[in-house]
Amino acid sequence: MLAFVIRRLAQAFFVVVAMVVLVFFGTYVIGDPVWMMVPGDATQEQVEEVRRTFGFDQPVYMQFLTFLGDVLRGEFGRSYVHGSSAIGLILDRMPATLELAFAALILAIVIGIPLGLFAGLKPDHPVSRGIMAVSILGFSLPTFWVGLMLIMLFSVMLGWLPATGRGPVISILGIETSLFSLEGWRHLFLPALNLALLKISLVIRLTRSGAREASLQDYVKFARAKGLSPRRIIGVHILKNIMIPIVTVLGLEFGSLVAFSVVTETIFAWPGMGKLLLEAIQRLDRPLIVGYVMVVVLLFVTINLIVDILYSALDPRVRLTGSQS
Amino acid sequence: MRKLLKPALMAVVLGCGWAFPAAAQELKIAMSSEPSSADPHYHNLTPNNQIARHVYEALVFMDQFQAIGPGLASSWKIVDDTTWEFKLRANIKFHDGSPLTVDDVIFTFNRVPNVPKSPAPKTSYIRGKTIEKIDDVTFRVKTPAPEALMLNHLANIEIMSAKASANVTTEDINAGRGAVGTGPYQFVEFVPGDRLVLKRNDAYWGNKEPWEKVTFRFIKSDPTRVAALLSGDVDVIETVPTADAQRLAKDPKVAIASALSNRLVYLHMDRYRAETPFVKGKDGSTVKNPFHDLKVRQAITKAINRPAIVDRIMEGEAVPASQMLPDSYAGTSKKLKPVAYDVEGARKLLAEAGYPNGFKLTIHGPNGRYTNDTKIIEAVAQMLTRVGIEASVETLPPAVFFSRASSGGPDKQPEFSMILAGWSAGTGEPSDSLRALLGTFDPKIGRGSANRGRYSNPAMDVVLDKALSTVDFDKRNVLLAEAAEIVMGDVGLIPIHYQKNTWAAKKGLKVTPRTDEYTLAMSVRP
Amino acid sequence: MSAAISTPTPARGEFARFAARFAEDRVAVIGLVLLLAIVTMALLAPFITPQNPYDLGKVDIMDSRQPPGAKAGDGFAMWLGSDGMGRDLLSSILYGLRISLTVGVLSGVIAATIGLVLGLVAAYAGGRVETLIMRIVDLQLSLPSVLVALILVALLGKGIDKIILALVVVQWAYYARTVRGSALVERRKEYVEAARSLGLSHARTVFRHILPNCLAPVIVIATVQTAHAISLEATLSFLGVGLPQTEPSLGVLIANGFQYMLSGKYWISFFPGLALLLTIVAINLVGDRLRDVLNPRLEK
Repeated sequence: MLAFVIRRLAQAFFVVVAMVVLVFFGTYVIGDPVWMMVPGDATQEQVEEVRRTFGFDQPVYMQFLTFLGDVLRGEFGRSYVHGSSAIGLILDRMPATLELAFAALILAIVIGIPLGLFAGLKPDHPVSRGIMAVSILGFSLPTFWVGLMLIMLFSVMLGWLPATGRGPVISILGIETSLFSLEGWRHLFLPALNLALLKISLVIRLTRSGAREASLQDYVKFARAKGLSPRRIIGVHILKNIMIPIVTVLGLEFGSLVAFSVVTETIFAWPGMGKLLLEAIQRLDRPLIVGYVMVVVLLFVTINLIVDILYSALDPRVRLTGSQS
Repeated sequence: MRKLLKPALMAVVLGCGWAFPAAAQELKIAMSSEPSSADPHYHNLTPNNQIARHVYEALVFMDQFQAIGPGLASSWKIVDDTTWEFKLRANIKFHDGSPLTVDDVIFTFNRVPNVPKSPAPKTSYIRGKTIEKIDDVTFRVKTPAPEALMLNHLANIEIMSAKASANVTTEDINAGRGAVGTGPYQFVEFVPGDRLVLKRNDAYWGNKEPWEKVTFRFIKSDPTRVAALLSGDVDVIETVPTADAQRLAKDPKVAIASALSNRLVYLHMDRYRAETPFVKGKDGSTVKNPFHDLKVRQAITKAINRPAIVDRIMEGEAVPASQMLPDSYAGTSKKLKPVAYDVEGARKLLAEAGYPNGFKLTIHGPNGRYTNDTKIIEAVAQMLTRVGIEASVETLPPAVFFSRASSGGPDKQPEFSMILAGWSAGTGEPSDSLRALLGTFDPKIGRGSANRGRYSNPAMDVVLDKALSTVDFDKRNVLLAEAAEIVMGDVGLIPIHYQKNTWAAKKGLKVTPRTDEYTLAMSVRP
Repeated sequence: MSAAISTPTPARGEFARFAARFAEDRVAVIGLVLLLAIVTMALLAPFITPQNPYDLGKVDIMDSRQPPGAKAGDGFAMWLGSDGMGRDLLSSILYGLRISLTVGVLSGVIAATIGLVLGLVAAYAGGRVETLIMRIVDLQLSLPSVLVALILVALLGKGIDKIILALVVVQWAYYARTVRGSALVERRKEYVEAARSLGLSHARTVFRHILPNCLAPVIVIATVQTAHAISLEATLSFLGVGLPQTEPSLGVLIANGFQYMLSGKYWISFFPGLALLLTIVAINLVGDRLRDVLNPRLEK
């Protein structure tokens, strides 16, 4: 187990390095960041001055070597635009995004699994058909469109919930969170729902399809024949059997929730790191983009690691690949 | 003095509180873009400067029409062509209580060029200027050559306290350390991505502000900003989207304020290559660059239906343009009028120029940099297609577009054949626009820095240079108008429209619109 | 499981049996008819629409933002109104459907194929091959799609082929990871060992025995992802890195309509949104039924 974890962390290191190299040269190709930094009326001289300040006048390999040197000295780069540490900026904004993604994930599970189970166990029931039809809405309408609709309905027309922003934050164990106040939840609900919609549909569909299959399997038929209560059949036999694809997908989806929060954060003016990334991309703030990717890759590798460990816990037949050979 | 002032001040505050019980306490403004820092000298960009104006003040102020008046300096005189003498206003105190003296001005002038890793320093505003202290409140500024735009430049330099802000870094200021100015508001906190909070400076030397606390929220998405106003999340929004302006104007719960801006939207044409890569014959063959022919340029400007763009695309949130700045600004020409839409005239000119069947053209532009930029380019392409120039459109993310449009071609030259771009005259007069957009490209003297068509007209350069060394305001304006007439007669660029700046506020609040796109709490009154 | 081992070989008459099973579900048949109707209309767009919305010479901004039913300058009635550029919305939607369907289906098929093959190989081969593939998957999944699209647009310029490429790059890893997850479970099952001990080749074991049993989750993901690809394309357009504006896809139409949502001109984003919704509902009704019919484990 320990060897497995160490191996995976070593692999994670190479993933991070590969990503950083990719993103570094990728953003270099997009364009010269100087044009996104100087005001429109800057003279050639000012432009050159800024280029020199940030080393854009150097050939790209030199810029990369400088960057590597900084990293080796523990300096992960300062945002071109904000002037402060890129990693610091990202970590400051990370709690807001994680909070949003976490709330969305909870919504997806709490809403998705029961509905999916129902639809899977009673596939011909009219309610099941209704559930499946509505779940299609979740992923057929673009997130930004649904987001604005939610704002229109719940904030502008009904006036129940605030349209934008995050509620008051308090610091718990050094982590800032808005989860411990009513106002915080009022702000969180709409963006979390917006971000969760696609995932709710996905969970409904995976659960339904898993439950349908499982309910036809021999061991479930056998359990039923033995006279086990439906609750026990669903709770133990069916749920256990469908957990693998759901855990896999949700593990993946948490990462994608974080990545895709870009759109939701933009619509709801949620002060998370997705919005920061979008602005960094638009302004070609390379240290910030690279920093974001490093943080997100690490987050992702960690999640995948947990998913793989959960796998082996849920299904002993799955070997932990890293520990062999 | 203090004892006397306080009751009076209380009365003012109470008075406001009476009229607007809840609203008068806190003002929430939604901004469309976020400052990169709270340090006034770090990044010379509108989102930063407008926030800085609340906390810090410059020696001279620009009013809502960008006209210059006294600020921290109460008066000045021109000693000779290269020497200006300023007198500081008496009894001005910084937020920490220390008085404003010439030492603070000197400190600021030393700080501006030395902000580390500044992505857009304000150095150019003070370059070459040396300060000579006469006494605590009097100083002289000397320049190596006559500098016509002295006041326009000084209006952009926010004075910081030599005592409180000595050795503070940009990060310190973002965190609120040493963020000490003389302005009507004091810095409270900056939460990047979310908000920036100010509180009233109760010891302000000028008129007291009605708002005890001002919160700027950063809401980039246009419809969301409107929704935030309608749902009561915020009291004022800037940059009202053109699609919503008319609807909000009819809404009884909303008040709209709008002013003609200093931002011109225009087309630049390739004027430096014999053949230009994005112009082809109708059969796809290579043709010589048609933009060198005055008749082609005149045909294009006649082919553009400016009132239609203003009405159908901008929904009235713009005004057809004839030159670099609206003619309400000093230094513009009253003789120039927007070129009238004339399809037949355009076709005739094209035929005379030897293009009876037109040619193929790709117009490039940014998407999302200027209001409705992509749609304007599409509309222009529609209009050119109607006179026989088969136009197609390629819009690029600004990060890609500006890099390629400035230096994407061979030898780091501009890449495209025709581009749409915008220009905001921060100085509040046209010399800067003329010099940057149409002056003959010369990086050594900083001329033609945004001249992405490489237009060159020595006659205009001469007149403009003369204007820039003419310190006399009226004489300079005559020269600037003449320069504008020269380039517009030659169709050096094709002006399309001037944008309007529009704000929307909760009913009951009054916003004074500004031409320079700055959103200030000082412009909002209950 | 017994059904899985005897996965039937495709033969004549198979299709009829398949079609009969498909038709057992009325709703799915309605979905299929709807989908065929949409596809036909999209294909015939140049012949049935009053305007070619991609021809700048035919579109006039004087017709912009007209409500449903208004007459265009050229005389025809715009039954669904017009968008902010003066394009007839009905024509634009049908033309836009062509692009969106092409983008969604092509990117989905390519991504699924790549993901399926790599996922199977990873699960079956194990060891270093698996490690390599799965780390590339991790790498891919941690790249924000916006970043991928922006880099590709910067490198290649805008265009349908570029957006398809971007969507394939964004999507394939989902398939690979899911397929590997299911294949890992299948690999351990008795029938695989039975097949191996019978001396079947690796390729035959993987593609004839493991693959069919991994298809169910792939089809679930594919129906979701194809639909999602279409709306992701809309999102990319919303963020400014999507398809060219002069030849709008359904996604671009919706993204453009976004700015009119609060202005009372509902039709500019509503009708394209409705068209997208109908299309995706149809795809999913068909996809859901296909999944049930194709899934060997659901055979009664």
